[in-house]
Amino acid sequence: MTKRILGLTIGVAALAGGAMAALSLTGAGATFPYPMYSKWFNDYHKMHADVEINYQSIGSGGGIKQVTEGTVDFGATDGPMNDGQLAEFKQKRGCDVLHFPTVLGADVPTYNIPGVTGELNFTQEALAGIFLGKITKWNDPEIVKANPGVKLPGADIVVVHRSEASGTTYIWVDYLAKISPEWKTKVGVAAAVNWPVGLGSKGNEGVSGQIKQTEGSIGYVELIYAIQNNMPYGKVKNAAGVFVKADLASVTAAAAGAAANMPEDFRVSITNAPGKGSYPVSSFTWLLVPSKIKDPAKMKAVKDFVTWMLGPGQKMTEALSYSPLPKSVVAKEVKAISKIQ
Amino acid sequence: MSSSVTVPKSALPPRRAQSFISRLKAGEELAYLITLTAAAAIFLITTLVLYELIAQSSLARHKFGWNFLFTSIWDPVRGNFGALPFIYGTVVTSILALLIAIPLGLGAAIFLAEMAPPRISNAMTFLIELLAAVPSVIYGLLGVFILVPALQKNIVPAIKSVFGSLPIFQGAFYGVSIFSAGIVLSIMIVPFIISVSREVLLSVPREQREASLALGASQWQTIWRVVMPNASTGIMGSIFLALARALGETMAVTMVIGNTPQIKASLLAPGYSIAAVVANEFTEATDDLYLSALVELGLVLFGVTFVLNGLARILIMTTEQKGAHK
Amino acid sequence: MNPNSFLKNLVNYTMFAVTGLCTVIAVGILFFILGYLVYNGGKSLSLSFFTNLPAPVGEIGGGMANAIVGSGKVLLLATLIGIPIGFLGGVYLSEYSNEQIAFTIRYVTDLLNGVPSIVIGIVVYTIVVHPMGHFSTFAGGVALGIMMIPISVRSTEEFLHAVPQSLREAALALGAPKWKSIVTVVIPAAMRGIISGTMLDLARVAGETAPLLFTALGNQFWSPGWNQPSATLPVMIFTYAVAPYDDWHRQAWAAGFVLLTLVLLINITARMALSRGTYVPRG
Repeated sequence: MTKRILGLTIGVAALAGGAMAALSLTGAGATFPYPMYSKWFNDYHKMHADVEINYQSIGSGGGIKQVTEGTVDFGATDGPMNDGQLAEFKQKRGCDVLHFPTVLGADVPTYNIPGVTGELNFTQEALAGIFLGKITKWNDPEIVKANPGVKLPGADIVVVHRSEASGTTYIWVDYLAKISPEWKTKVGVAAAVNWPVGLGSKGNEGVSGQIKQTEGSIGYVELIYAIQNNMPYGKVKNAAGVFVKADLASVTAAAAGAAANMPEDFRVSITNAPGKGSYPVSSFTWLLVPSKIKDPAKMKAVKDFVTWMLGPGQKMTEALSYSPLPKSVVAKEVKAISKIQ
Repeated sequence: MSSSVTVPKSALPPRRAQSFISRLKAGEELAYLITLTAAAAIFLITTLVLYELIAQSSLARHKFGWNFLFTSIWDPVRGNFGALPFIYGTVVTSILALLIAIPLGLGAAIFLAEMAPPRISNAMTFLIELLAAVPSVIYGLLGVFILVPALQKNIVPAIKSVFGSLPIFQGAFYGVSIFSAGIVLSIMIVPFIISVSREVLLSVPREQREASLALGASQWQTIWRVVMPNASTGIMGSIFLALARALGETMAVTMVIGNTPQIKASLLAPGYSIAAVVANEFTEATDDLYLSALVELGLVLFGVTFVLNGLARILIMTTEQKGAHK
Repeated sequence: MNPNSFLKNLVNYTMFAVTGLCTVIAVGILFFILGYLVYNGGKSLSLSFFTNLPAPVGEIGGGMANAIVGSGKVLLLATLIGIPIGFLGGVYLSEYSNEQIAFTIRYVTDLLNGVPSIVIGIVVYTIVVHPMGHFSTFAGGVALGIMMIPISVRSTEEFLHAVPQSLREAALALGAPKWKSIVTVVIPAAMRGIISGTMLDLARVAGETAPLLFTALGNQFWSPGWNQPSATLPVMIFTYAVAPYDDWHRQAWAAGFVLLTLVLLINITARMALSRGTYVPRG
């Protein structure tokens, strides 16, 4: 009897499934925008019940790889594909891959310094020096001079970085490479690098948890994470010489500042962007869409979604603490949708 | 110990008279073939895994050669990869985990098998086995939220005050370290040791115990000198199982080890393990050399398992030989 | 009192205390973990968890119904692949093979056991997902099935070995062919241990995340059949646990609790269904 019930349950489970959607799309990639994308795809499905867009956050590298291999319909990445990857895509899939920026993200410096409760100002030299391991104490003149009136102790600086490869790291080191030639030659830019100093922690919570436990520590986390968890973070000096605190507005300003010189394919780094109100450690995150989609139903669905994303979708970003795209960029993208065939 | 039993020739019809087909129909050959196929399948699958590891890592192997095993740099940007710090971290954390889990697990297994009342023993074991299902990431979270702060606030300062002069306990402690990873791993593998060892101890025939007790031995003497040697291969099996899990564990380790590719004498320093770095970087690696280097690390882990298993088996064989000469 | 017997008794009692202490520590830690999981998971559970699909952040009422079913399907396939191969292989090792072949296969099995789960995921990606052109529940089942083989082999072999030779000889003496004696006498005698090993096997594999990431991927929606990516509990736990949102953290704990309960139910059901009438060697 038990055996029968067992068999029946297994049978039902094996066949279980909801109503078959008319169309099912799969995308994979960046973890940073996952909360936003899951909300978008969910709401889009509510409006178009016959379209299911399934997005999984396996990492930007995974997104690039899988869309190149064709195992997913579209990808997503926090760092743009380089020329070699574009060529590989063209060779394997027989068409180009299009980058569509979706939202903006930013990294903020967060710290735990005994005796310091307010916001610290970080100059470019300070950040580069700290992460290169050259500035080792909190009362180093470089930090002190940017923070008059703050009593900085002589404690050791303990650097905390991300252990796993991630878009968050990519943004941070991209910024460091721009402001520090030494970082560029010594360490370089990638989702995972050979850090000169520091402990590696997993995920934003790993970093923030480690910082909370370690006196004298400093690390970088995503702006969203800091906002959602009410974490204190410092200001960073931007290209215009202003100490800017990261928030939704200053991040969008960075993108607007870069919009003027944006290349046609949107593959651009906007760290250290010009503009008084720009937050320097900001970045786009992109959808990767093949320029030729064979299935006409899928192609229509993708085009419709991107159009919607650039319109009503952009209005939903702030509720989740993501920065919306500046209008100048949106306009350019809308024109680019026609490239999907 | 071979299990084939010789049956008196008169019990079976002469072999020549039985053709292959009729033996097949009798089920004899069929049973042999089916089980042989299964065993062969295992061999094939492992070979396939090894083959894939070798094939996918060829780029890195050709670029770095044997130096891969002895270099300490891990630089994805420049394409310089070396496995030494990861090998060190993997081996040290696993051995530390075994050093903690084996006495603890065996002690508990002995108690549960020999001394505890059967109902309690069964209930406890049932729950312990359930723990093998707890996903690694949850062990990691518990490690981060509970173990690491406890280590930082209480345990490590206590250890340092007594053993602080030893090189393995030198240096600043940030919570995440080889030591923390070893402890988390030991907790993760102890259910395997307890569950399997207990079952094996239970399956030692009762007559053995009774004979020993009849000769005047105490319960402990019986356990130590009669039951355990009888169960030794099974217990070793449980240890291999535990070791294998420890070597391949990813999530829990990466959350508490500090993820710093370095080799330090102190257990309190952060480190890195092979499985952790592969898990952390595989999904983001897009250039072929990087991917190939990560796969090569997988191959290295395969090699480490091979060597450790081999050493352990040699150890068993020599102790068995010594025991035979008693 | 005779000094010899005094020492003997002292050692006896001391070891009783020591092993008891080991048990208390081991069981204590493990119960703590279970309790923490049950407490944190239980308080975040609600009916919607079992019936609803995942909801995006900020929307309440999200659940993991598809992940529960997905885990069930993947584990079912894994069991269908891993247990037969492992069990029959164990029978071969214990009953049919000679010393050299047995040594080799045991060694090879231990090697397979030591392969990190993420590497198995990568290998199955290469041999199943890539040729198929998409992620699928099927690939996830294959990956977990491969992982189940080594423990199944070892536990089967170990407990078959423990069956006394006298039982085999008795069956053969009664005229049973070898295979029949194995099936009707030896295996039932070892059944308790084999089931225990199998449940441990299933439990271990049920919590694996890394291999599923590259094979079953994940899915916000239902995954009908076997050919589409599917949500599974361990992957959901992983995704939610490392996210910045408190609500998702709570769901991650709830999912951990549900996973454990799922394994518990399978455990109980299997033991009830399979262990009727097994011969227990100890009185």
